[in-house]
Amino acid sequence: MRKSTVIFFKSMLFLSSAAKNKIISEAILSSPDECCGFLFGREYNEHRTITEVCPVANAKEGDKKRKYEIFPVDYLKAEKYAETNGLDLLGIYHSHPNHPSVPSEHDRVAAQPYCSYIIISVTDGAFNTIQSWRLNEDFQFEEETIAITETQ
Amino acid sequence: MATIIIPTPLRKFTDRRNRLSVNGNTVREAIEELAFNYPDVRKHLIDDHGKLRTFVNIFVSDDDIRNLKNEYTPLCSEDVISIIPAIAGGME
Repeated sequence: MRKSTVIFFKSMLFLSSAAKNKIISEAILSSPDECCGFLFGREYNEHRTITEVCPVANAKEGDKKRKYEIFPVDYLKAEKYAETNGLDLLGIYHSHPNHPSVPSEHDRVAAQPYCSYIIISVTDGAFNTIQSWRLNEDFQFEEETIAITETQ
Repeated sequence: MATIIIPTPLRKFTDRRNRLSVNGNTVREAIEELAFNYPDVRKHLIDDHGKLRTFVNIFVSDDDIRNLKNEYTPLCSEDVISIIPAIAGGME
């Protein structure tokens, strides 16, 4: 794996413990394949609160152990869900089985502006670390601090 | 006029607007009009060679333009164009 340049943090991402546990569980269950899903919530003054997480099929044909992809139609559904429910589609989560929760060059090249990218690292099927990243204006990832809240 | 639906990641470049009306007769003309009116969106849709970026899907109604006439897909006034970021990645 080629490493992308990463810069450490600026913004804050609030994530409920329930949402955190849900995506970690999914990362463990999906291991050794990569899992993926959407992050919904609200943004205020550069700080984001994730209130819902929604798993989605890893549509990658071939090696799901090292790559993920989301069907365009599933992305459209996520946009519609956010609009219908008065939420913002704030980002994407995915897992890195047996790999650090740091974005790869593949993650960076494919990354969209604005989105928060949560990455969950699992090692041999057990949770390791979780981090969130966002592209800056130079198309490089910066880490955003995850703050765990107890709200549902 | 056709309508373009702007995905969440690009709304910061369109004054937070999620739907815009465009006059173009083809998808390419519609995208160029969008990029002209909102210049910061251009680099996210069109690459240095003037082609639509790889990590962007464009649908007209429910059809991927790759299955139509690609960027030369003709538009009519009722058409809805969806810009869909290609979400992908992984540790390699």
